[in-house]
Amino acid sequence: MIPLGHYLIVSAILFAIGAAGVFLRRNLITILLSIEIMLNAVNLSFVAFGRQLGSFDGQIITFFVIAVAAAEAAVGLAIVIGLYRHRESLNPDAFTLLKW
Amino acid sequence: MIALIPLFPLLGFVINASLGRRLPKAISGGVAMAVMVASFAVSVMSVWDLAALPAAERTIEQTVYTWIASGDFILDLTLRLDPLAAVMILVVTGVGALIHIYSTAYMHDEVDSEFARYFSYLNLFAAFMLVLVLGANFLVLFVGWEGVGLCSYLLIGFWFRKKAAADAGKKAFVVNRIGDYAFVLGMLLLLVRFGTLDFQRLASIVAAIPPENGVFGALSIATLLLFIGATGKSAQIPLYTWLPDAMEGPTPVSALIHAATMVTAGVYMIGRNAVLFGHAPETMLIVAIVGALTALMAGTIGLVQNDIKRVLAYSTVSQLGLMFVAMGMGAFGAGIFHLYTHAFFKALLFLGSGAVIHALHGEQDIRNMGGLKRYLPVTYWTFLIGSLAIAGVPGLAGFFSKDEILYETFRAGHWILWTMAAITSFLTATYMFRLVFLTFHGERRRDPGSGIRDPGSDLMPQMSRHSGSPIPDPGSRVPSHDVHDHAAHDSHLHDAPPAMALALIVLAVGSAVAGYVGVPHALGGHNALAEWLAPSFQPPTTVASAPVAGGLQASGEEALAENAGLELTLMTVSSAIAIVGIAVAAFVWLRRRELADALAARFAGAYRLLLNKYYVDELYDATVVEPIRLGSQEGLWRGIDVGVIDGAVNGTAALVGAGSGALRRLQTGSVRAYAGSMFIGVVVILGYYLWR
Repeated sequence: MIPLGHYLIVSAILFAIGAAGVFLRRNLITILLSIEIMLNAVNLSFVAFGRQLGSFDGQIITFFVIAVAAAEAAVGLAIVIGLYRHRESLNPDAFTLLKW
Repeated sequence: MIALIPLFPLLGFVINASLGRRLPKAISGGVAMAVMVASFAVSVMSVWDLAALPAAERTIEQTVYTWIASGDFILDLTLRLDPLAAVMILVVTGVGALIHIYSTAYMHDEVDSEFARYFSYLNLFAAFMLVLVLGANFLVLFVGWEGVGLCSYLLIGFWFRKKAAADAGKKAFVVNRIGDYAFVLGMLLLLVRFGTLDFQRLASIVAAIPPENGVFGALSIATLLLFIGATGKSAQIPLYTWLPDAMEGPTPVSALIHAATMVTAGVYMIGRNAVLFGHAPETMLIVAIVGALTALMAGTIGLVQNDIKRVLAYSTVSQLGLMFVAMGMGAFGAGIFHLYTHAFFKALLFLGSGAVIHALHGEQDIRNMGGLKRYLPVTYWTFLIGSLAIAGVPGLAGFFSKDEILYETFRAGHWILWTMAAITSFLTATYMFRLVFLTFHGERRRDPGSGIRDPGSDLMPQMSRHSGSPIPDPGSRVPSHDVHDHAAHDSHLHDAPPAMALALIVLAVGSAVAGYVGVPHALGGHNALAEWLAPSFQPPTTVASAPVAGGLQASGEEALAENAGLELTLMTVSSAIAIVGIAVAAFVWLRRRELADALAARFAGAYRLLLNKYYVDELYDATVVEPIRLGSQEGLWRGIDVGVIDGAVNGTAALVGAGSGALRRLQTGSVRAYAGSMFIGVVVILGYYLWR
């Protein structure tokens, strides 16, 4: 059986990749995808912990996360389309009006 | 009933102030006149009632309501009519009513609303003055005291669109404020020391303690402070400078201020507190010295001034000085007597000068007058009577009162003060007749420059006109062909209209006969006024006891009788002084006009010193006004206000602004920066819990 530590390491790597994607990429859609990666990294650690502890709680939370992620993707993409129509750009740096 | 006396003018004020704008002149002027006449009638009735009482208990009191009740200290708004107040209210309402009548004609050129405004102020002035003289305690007196100060400001600055008038009003107000400050301090000192502000109770308390002889105690300080207040109101050194400037107001206002109200307040206040002042001999001496100095100084200035009203103004200052000499000598009766006669002839002289100015359409410079006797007979004769009265020619009002002051001064042994007062009398006769001769006698002169000038235009235009010659000469004449050129114009000169003439004639009669209420014993008369006033100058309960220190008026018939010879001698001397003064004036300004110029040129320095009023205004400007102005501007305004107070407020704002400016840089608006900071925050918090 694969020990818990391996799952967590994979989960941490996925999360780091997702976070790096959010901070470094300049495309809103990519950023949304990176957020999905981060969410799934968390899902993975939940499921791993659930299995380790012999409970279904981790899996239940994972279902909730997936549902929320689906909703998030729907709303997020709608906003992205709205922004694109507004500015013809998907670079998040172009949308800095909300300051000072 | 005596509350009605001040209430009538107050009613007139309320009517004219609220409705006057819509009323035609006849009604607003009529209301103002009617209330004054009504007030005079009530005064006469009240005084009649008062006279019916036995001499020792001649007071009528009316408590309107309790004004202040705070613990032990209870102060009523009480009016009290006693012999002194009786004289004052008759003067204020009587002369005041005549001035109102005169004003209806004098101010007729004003528009309706201005006319009503004028009369509302005039009524208010009279109302406050009546409160002042009827008040039974210091605080009620102070209400009137401040009220007349306010009204003098309003009336002197009546033509407020003219800067000189607005300035003069302000000056009167500010200078009076200085005196009032001292007055309040004196009042508070009396309250702290004696626990009451009621005149009669104060007098009883003070009468029980010995006079502060040789010690400068609380009473001396309190009376001195009160006297400083009096120097403000009654225009004495050092606070007299406002009165000559008060000429910027309409002429009847000058008459009202100079004769019936305002300036008499200080003299009255000392008379009212005769017992207090009598127990502070040091203060009394200061009062007398200040009075004598003022009298002499103002008399010399009056000798060279060229503005008809200004000469009269300095003559008022000078006569008030004489009153203070009398007060300082403890001859309160004599001082009030002079106040009373002075009210008649000074009102007459001012109204007469007003008639002249009215006829000449605002000309005030006596160098541009002359020969008006022919055109203005009523004005001339009444003015002449007034001048004779003020000069102290035997038989007229001024003679009796001035003579009594001189006599009392001499009797008290202050021969230096007597000499000063005598010189003042001489100067009075001289400058008054200089005025008469230059205005009414000789040939018609006129201003070579502008024909008609603004009323109240000051010495300044005259100075500038004469800027070519080093010294402006008082008797300067225009070549005689000028007279013919303007002969046609002069035929338009009109004498005083009926309302003005009426006031002039009544006052002239008053100036002639007013003195006969106080004919000295030496002339076989009976000094009824002194006797009438005597109870007012003594503590209320001890009328029969020994006279208070300071030589009170009612010191017995026999004492007067034995001095009859001395009094007769002095009387002869003062009559001679008056007549010589007139003769000198006649010689210099009527016979040998060039002599005046020669004298002026000869003593150029002295002449200029007098013409510029001893440079006192300039001195005050340099020593008081300028430092205060600079201190206020550079220190208080630029330093404290702008620097410290605004600095603190603006500094706080700037600090907050700068802090916010630095902090707002954090709000980039970039979503990723926010996400980054959130991420770092989470990492730091988690790290903290993990590595703890």
